[in-house]
Amino acid sequence: MEIFELSRFGGTMLGINDPWILGVYLLSVLSALLCVGYGLVNWNRGGEKEPEEIRDEVSWEKGETSMEEKELGL
Amino acid sequence: MDILLLNIIVLVYILAVGYLGYRGWKETCNSSDYMVAGRKIHPYVMAMSYGATFISTSAIVGFGGTAGLFGMGLLWLTFLNIFVGIFIAFVVFGKRTRKMGYNLSAMTFPELLARRFDSRFIQYFSGLVIFLGMPMYASVVLIGAARFIETTLAINFDLALLFFSVIIAAYVVLGGLKGVMYTDALQATIMFVGMAFLLLMTYSHLGGIAAAHQALTDLAPLVPANLAAMGHLGWTAMPASGSAWWWTLISSLVLGVGIGVLAMPQLVVRFMTVKSGRELNRAVLIGGVFILMMTGVAFVVGALSNVYFVQHDSVIAIAAASGNSDSIIPVYINRAMPEWFVYVFMLTLLAAAMSTLSSQFHAQGTAVGRDVYETLVGVRGGRSILITRIGIIIAVVVAVILGYLLPPSIIAPGTAIFFGLCAAAFLPMYACALFWKRATRAGAIAGLVTGTFVSLFWLVFVHQKEAVPLGIAKMILGRDVLISAMPWPVVDPIVVALPLAFLVTVAVSLATQPPKAEHVEKCFEGIE
Repeated sequence: MEIFELSRFGGTMLGINDPWILGVYLLSVLSALLCVGYGLVNWNRGGEKEPEEIRDEVSWEKGETSMEEKELGL
Repeated sequence: MDILLLNIIVLVYILAVGYLGYRGWKETCNSSDYMVAGRKIHPYVMAMSYGATFISTSAIVGFGGTAGLFGMGLLWLTFLNIFVGIFIAFVVFGKRTRKMGYNLSAMTFPELLARRFDSRFIQYFSGLVIFLGMPMYASVVLIGAARFIETTLAINFDLALLFFSVIIAAYVVLGGLKGVMYTDALQATIMFVGMAFLLLMTYSHLGGIAAAHQALTDLAPLVPANLAAMGHLGWTAMPASGSAWWWTLISSLVLGVGIGVLAMPQLVVRFMTVKSGRELNRAVLIGGVFILMMTGVAFVVGALSNVYFVQHDSVIAIAAASGNSDSIIPVYINRAMPEWFVYVFMLTLLAAAMSTLSSQFHAQGTAVGRDVYETLVGVRGGRSILITRIGIIIAVVVAVILGYLLPPSIIAPGTAIFFGLCAAAFLPMYACALFWKRATRAGAIAGLVTGTFVSLFWLVFVHQKEAVPLGIAKMILGRDVLISAMPWPVVDPIVVALPLAFLVTVAVSLATQPPKAEHVEKCFEGIE
């Protein structure tokens, strides 16, 4: 299967003459690639904890510190 | 075609759907599970479910057929579907929606808006707009699916409609949003495989990408005179600027369907089903590729079917489909594809219809149960699931009754009406809720009411496509549309109602007291 006919690139690209249609054909593919790129780059980002969980942790830390202060006299 | 084999394939598929619905039911313990799938859905399931809900049979067969008639200009819709419907929707709107939904413990789209603006009116009014606007849209999909079962599985239409509704109702009522999303993910996977094969086989059949497009470009002189008069300049060319088809393409399809998707309640609620922004980042990747494979493939293949028909029958696609653009894709599949693929494609269409319908029923059920009934009566908690289940059953019954009663001419505009309404009524309020801390309750309500009524007025009195079949303008004014001078009869309601509703929301917000700082702080906690 001949996918890209390079010889045509000078005249009509991908067999489409209208730049608006050629443009949107490529834009559709590029926007899907943008989604792929964004997903890959941010694959592990944004997994932050909920405010509730953070509050729980902070209060636990505080309790822990005051306990240490009281019991161990640190 | 082997009807027995096809029935067996469909039966296996239905059993798989039944199993996933059962899993959803087993894993549902409380109303958060039932309405927002416990906020712990896997990104693959979330993205595929969003995509499958987004893309119905009509997006593939109906719009694919339109591309067969008018050509690749429809790809502007694909571009917006991906860029706005996935990228902007997930990255810009989705993350904030998820966070704010969590901060406010919202379980439905109207509830999110209502709690953000601290207004019960917003919740039940939005619930009503959804519950009253969606049944026609749902029946369009339902009728399409029943007709499809009737013709392919040789089952009587009335029986098919009933049988199909009962299956969907069963897993939506019992499994809640978990059941809906698990089955959606299976259905989306089937759809993806079907469309990927369709694209590959079409391009390879026509000699490669560039050769296929070139052959289509060369068909331009075959455009029939009546279509040329509407602005059709060939299947790989944009319509003539300002022509009737240009206005329809740009205003109804590209703006109405492309932008309107941002405020569809059944899609927005999916942002609230994941645990963190990370899941949405991962879902973007899957969603973008999925939508390209759905509408991108449908529109390219729809347009290219002309080349196939001219080469084999010496007629263009619309002639091969006896003048009905809805038949272009089915006729093409039957003629050009190997028999085994006809089975795969039928399953693809069945999956597309079921995934869209199940979410519509779920959204309507939560709208009438939680947003309207519970808000008006003032009860919250314990019986939420039961009331929503009753709401879903009402939604299914209404859609089935409409399916039996409504003539096709009234049903066709159903989708457009709902998309237009959602965009104009909800988008200004929703965007302000997420991005503008100064937006006030009065501003949100004013925008909601303006968007709803301006778009209804435009649909009933100005936009020809809905006004003529509805016939209300004719009854009251004695003529089909209020303004007959071009381009108004072909300008979509969204072009007028959406900017107006935005303006009203902003103006009224600025003219009223700013909301309480502590409430705004609670809404935006964790949102930078």
